[in-house]
Amino acid sequence: MSKSNVFDLLGPIMVGPSSSHTAGAVRLGAMARRILGEEPIQGTIFLHGSFAKTGKGHGTHLALVAGLLGMAPDDERIPTSHMIAKERGLNLSFQTADLGDVHPNTVKFDLLGKNGGHVVVVGSSIGGGSIVIREINDFHVELRGDYPTLVILHQDLPGVVAQVTLLLATAQINIARMLVSREKRGAQALMILETDQKIDDTGLDSMRKLPRIYQVLAIGPL
Amino acid sequence: MSAYDDWVIEAETKGLKISEVILQNQMEELEQSEQVLFQRMKTNLKVMRESVEAGLTSKRRSLSGLVGGDAEKVEERRKRGESLIGDHMSGAIAKALAVAEVNACMGKIVAAPTAGSCGVIPAVFFTIEEARHVSERELLLALFTAAGLGIIIAERASVSGAEGGCQAEIGSAAAMAAAAAVELAGGSPRQTADAAAIAMKSMLGLVCDPVAGLVEVPCVKRNATGATIALVAAEMALSGVKSAIPIDEVIDAMGNIGKQMPCSLKETAQGGLAVTPTGRRIQVDFL
Repeated sequence: MSKSNVFDLLGPIMVGPSSSHTAGAVRLGAMARRILGEEPIQGTIFLHGSFAKTGKGHGTHLALVAGLLGMAPDDERIPTSHMIAKERGLNLSFQTADLGDVHPNTVKFDLLGKNGGHVVVVGSSIGGGSIVIREINDFHVELRGDYPTLVILHQDLPGVVAQVTLLLATAQINIARMLVSREKRGAQALMILETDQKIDDTGLDSMRKLPRIYQVLAIGPL
Repeated sequence: MSAYDDWVIEAETKGLKISEVILQNQMEELEQSEQVLFQRMKTNLKVMRESVEAGLTSKRRSLSGLVGGDAEKVEERRKRGESLIGDHMSGAIAKALAVAEVNACMGKIVAAPTAGSCGVIPAVFFTIEEARHVSERELLLALFTAAGLGIIIAERASVSGAEGGCQAEIGSAAAMAAAAAVELAGGSPRQTADAAAIAMKSMLGLVCDPVAGLVEVPCVKRNATGATIALVAAEMALSGVKSAIPIDEVIDAMGNIGKQMPCSLKETAQGGLAVTPTGRRIQVDFL
């Protein structure tokens, strides 16, 4: 673990009562929204472990919805997020679920966007408001939301990764962490790149035009 | 391994406040100017102040209905001049309850070091502000003292109840507040270390056994007792009372005790108060 600083010990500024069950839950919702990449209109939220057992008293449900609406952990509208969701036409339902051998504070989002996008995201709140996204559409990932991140769906073939990293190198964008996974050899694959610099729209456009790249999602840091 | 004692020695050698040494260290670590760091700390201080004010007058209840309105009771009695233990102590209790209640009621707070222990440091700071003439700059500097000690605790032990029990949350908050209180009252860097050690020693072994797993019972009231322990420890250190065991060793002891603590007593709601007949009944009623 990297060394903490004064603002880790005094902070974050957040709406209570729990950094893991409230602030972390808001950030999980916010990440799911970014991964969907558009305004969500419908969704099912599956709560696992401690989220399912003690979520009610920690406002975890309200916090997850607040995040899906794009709020930050210090937004004082969090306690009324269910009402705001209704006003905005976001229909959500909650279920308790056993998501297997995962962190006790884990949630699965099944979301539908207003432009028809659909995504399934699994993430955990791992303490002190920190989070990690573990799954996107059945792909295993590890996404913490502290760097500008590219999520790229592509075909599993030699050279596809290289053309992406070459494009980043040309744009003077340094890769901090990188993870590649695939369904099976030659099929769909997912590339996650956490970078020190943010890629601009022109860079994103060129990336989307690369051969064998199906989808590119740029997620800003939380 | 970092040691608080290193900062104390550096402050003594250079004739600086402990906060000034920590501020310097953080300017280097974060590669930011003093002005930027002060501005960020100012935001923390502002939210802390607002959370005290909100909690002293709030009629809100927590989601479970177990918590709310106690800060106002203590504050009212204090205002009537009926305090048994003195105006400042009663004030500290009311302020700590206020912030912890705001947290339990989904209001805005500064985690210090955690959300569950958010009332201790604001209570101590604003009590000293009432008791003594201190400037905003002094308050901000003292927040660096508190947070600096917190960095050492996080590195050598833990500030998480799930890892170290309540001693790691309220215990750490009390130690951080005690060190800062000494600086605010004009004590020496060495005395900040003694106050922190005395406060943390008073909290060793405290388990994290929240009823129904909520940050309510006993967390809210422990913020109040934690704040008073911080002030008691500061008073001793300012009088010249020394801690026989130095702060860094006390922190290590806290970490070791946390490791030896069974899981049932570390934020799992499977032991202690959580499994008393009443604790269980509350859990069933609520969930």
